[in-house]
Parts: sequence; structure tokens; C-alpha cells
Amino acid sequence: MKLIFQQMPIVIGALNSGFVQTLKLFSVTLLGAFPLGLLIAFGSLSKIKAISLATQFVIWIVRGTPLMIQLLIVYYFPGLVLHNPIWGGGESGRFLAASIAFIINYSCYFSEIYRGGIQSVPVGQTEAGLVLGMTKRQIFFHVTLLQMIKRIVPPISNEIITLVKDTALARIIALQEIIWAGQAFMKGSHGISGAIWPLFFTAFYYLIFNGIVTVLLTRLERKMDYFR
Amino acid sequence: MAILEVKNIRKTFGNVEVLKGIDFSLEKGQVLSIIGSSGSGKTTLLRCLNFLETPDTGVIKVNNDVLFDSSDPSTRLESQIRQKRLHFGLVFQSFNLFPQYTALENVMLAPRLAAKEKRAYEAQKDKIKAEAVELFHQIGLSDRMNNYPHQLSGGQQQRVAIARALILKPDILCFDEPTSALDPELTGEVLKVIKQLSDKNNTMIIVTHEMAFARDVASHVIFMDGGGICEQGEPRELFNNPKEERTRQFLTRYNS
Repeated sequence: MKLIFQQMPIVIGALNSGFVQTLKLFSVTLLGAFPLGLLIAFGSLSKIKAISLATQFVIWIVRGTPLMIQLLIVYYFPGLVLHNPIWGGGESGRFLAASIAFIINYSCYFSEIYRGGIQSVPVGQTEAGLVLGMTKRQIFFHVTLLQMIKRIVPPISNEIITLVKDTALARIIALQEIIWAGQAFMKGSHGISGAIWPLFFTAFYYLIFNGIVTVLLTRLERKMDYFR
Repeated sequence: MAILEVKNIRKTFGNVEVLKGIDFSLEKGQVLSIIGSSGSGKTTLLRCLNFLETPDTGVIKVNNDVLFDSSDPSTRLESQIRQKRLHFGLVFQSFNLFPQYTALENVMLAPRLAAKEKRAYEAQKDKIKAEAVELFHQIGLSDRMNNYPHQLSGGQQQRVAIARALILKPDILCFDEPTSALDPELTGEVLKVIKQLSDKNNTMIIVTHEMAFARDVASHVIFMDGGGICEQGEPRELFNNPKEERTRQFLTRYNS
């Protein structure tokens, strides 16, 4: 126990910098996947059969295969198959590859939630906008969007909380996120080796961060209680 | 001169012919009531006039201006349909107010967006607000302007929906069974507003199941049956002395 207290400051420092990487991946994924998901949702709702089928095919592939495999493919495919290692070997290259894999994966999940949200807004809302002479664009942004957001906050919240924990998968391509940082103390890191507790200790980071995320999302949900 | 002329409107969904050639015309200031049993094509006709459905054949003219002609593809351009819709207003059976806006914002939304598009929002915003407030006065809801739709009764919501249509000053205001989703107690307040509009010489088409109201407010009545116009005429004539057997059957059911 005394040993743990001695190790604590070093471990916390290393875990903190791992967690920064986790947070970065989390934020970049959300920033990318929110808009890309909407685009994909429009694709799968398209009246042009070819676009809608192609989009649904992509969604099937992305949702049907493990995110871990997708990470490996995005990271290794350019170098191993195309002989053009665009990511380079460094941490920033790994981060970029991980971000792309995460954004693609999450935008496909988001797109299905968006699609459900858009379709759940009664068609009468669109028709009311049309007979008032609004453009389809105006109707989407001024009528449909907020009603859709209200409906999708609970399911999106689920995905966001899952994403916080899914970022751990990025260590498969050696991205130095928090679990990677915790695990490093088993093999040896910062002069400490054979310590397994830092790995377990990472759970607190996830737990506290997800607590904050939950509070924020609940607030957002309440904010939209003013209409039905 | 007729404000609205409709010729040979036909519409088929799948293999069901919902409208089998509708012809009628309407003078400015006239109120037309369309009656008939459910499925007779009344709503589809209104939706065709408001360009929510595209007729398979037919011509629609407003003020002698051809808005739609099935034989002239240039009248089907999506870009122009938006402008053409503005000749008509439509009040829905289920109100379809926008839940995230207050009653006042619901009424102001369309003119505000139109003004923004013309980059004239700053110049017009006070005028739009004043017109909206005046409309709330007319529908007797001045004290509920800042309520959200879910805080209003069905009758109040429908009156707001009427104001929302009126602010765009349509040539012809259409009502699709405006009281069918309301408790009997609430239909009166909505019908009263519609009656006031007819007294002010608004041109209107009202699809309704309220026979007494149709008789009272309409200057012309059309009885639709099976996708066609079975009989039409002055309300007193049609309600008291229907010429067609089918009209008689329909009215007896309502009068009993």
C-alpha cells in the first residue's frame, strides 16, 4: 500500500497525459461524426435509389465489422497494401488514423439515429412548411431539425457514453491513450514495472468523465422540455 | 371573372383513381364548401390545389394565370411551385403548428423567412409583427400569443393555424376538415372565425363534415362522391332539394 502511494504521483501524471489523448480522440470523433452522420442520413433517405442503396451498403459494412478491425485496416492498409505509409510512424499519425476510423464508424451509427429522428417528425410539419412557401432547406433548419434533436438526444447520449469507453480500442494501433498508459506500468514505464493497479485505476477516469457527460446530456434534454 | 378555375383534375394513387376529372370555378369572395363521405377525394383535391400532390391531368388557373397544366411541363418546375403555392393557404385537420415556437412565432415564421431571403428583414420585421398581433386580435387570442402550441386547446391551436395561413394573404384559403380533430365543444370557436372571414369577403374552400355550417357559410356547395363531383349548386337548393339520389342518401344520413 505504501508503495502505491509512492508510485501515485508518477502514475497519475502518466495517466493524465494518456487521458488527454483519450479526450482528444473523443472530441475529434464527435466533431467529425455529428455532421458526417447527418450527411450519411440524408444519403440513406435519398429518393435516388442508387445513393440510398450505396449508403446503406456502407452502413452495413461499418456497423457489421468490429471497430478494432476498422482501426487496423485504416492504419495498416496504406502502408502494407498500397506501399504508401501515409500516416508515418509517430503518435500524431496514429492519432489521425484513429480519428478517421472512429469518425467513420460513429457517423454510421449516428446516421441511423438521425434517420429515425427525421422520420419520426410528422410529415404534417413538412407539409405545413411547404404550404407556407418555405423551401425544403428552410423547413429542415427551422422546423424539422430541433424536433429531430429533441427526439435523438436519449439514443445519441448512449452512443456518446459508449464512445468514451471505445476510445480505448485505439491502443491496438499503439495510440497512447489512458489504458495504454496504465498498461505500460506492467511492462515498465517511468521507472515503475510490474504494477497492475494503474490499469485498474484508469476506470475512475472513465467513470468520472462519463458522470460529467451524463449530467450535461441530461441538462440538454431538459432544455428541450419546453415543447412537445 | 373567376378567381379560380379548375379543369379536368385527375389523380391516381397506384391503381386507385381518387379524382376522376374535377371541374369547377370560384368567384372572388365566394365560399365553396365541399362535402362528401370519407374517401370521396375531397382532401386530395385540396392537396392538388396546394401542390402537395401533382395531378395526373388537368389545369389550375388563378386570376386567369395558368398555375398548372399537365400538358405543359414548364408548369411543373419545382422552383416555381413554391411561388404558386402562395396563391393558396391551407389549414390542416391536425393543425400542424410548429411545436418549438410560440403561437406568435408560428404566425411570423414564414413571412420572416421570406423577408430574410429578400434581405429585407430589418425593414419588414416591425410590420410583420404588427400584422401578426392584429391577426391574434382578430382570432381572439391576444392573450395567448406567447404560449406554445401544447399549452393551447385544439380550438385555439386551429385558430392560430388560421392566422398563420392568413398572414401570407393567400388569394384562396383552403380548409381541410378544420374541426374534425376537435371536441364538439371546441368546433364553435373555430367555425366562428371562419364565418368572420367569409363576412370579410375572403375567398375560401372548406372541406367539412359540418353540414349546418356548410349551409350557413357557403355560397356554393359541391357534393363529391367516388372521386367525382356528384352534384353542385347553391347551398339551399342542394341541401333542401338534392337532385341526385346519392346526394339525398348522404344528406339523410347526416340529418338523421
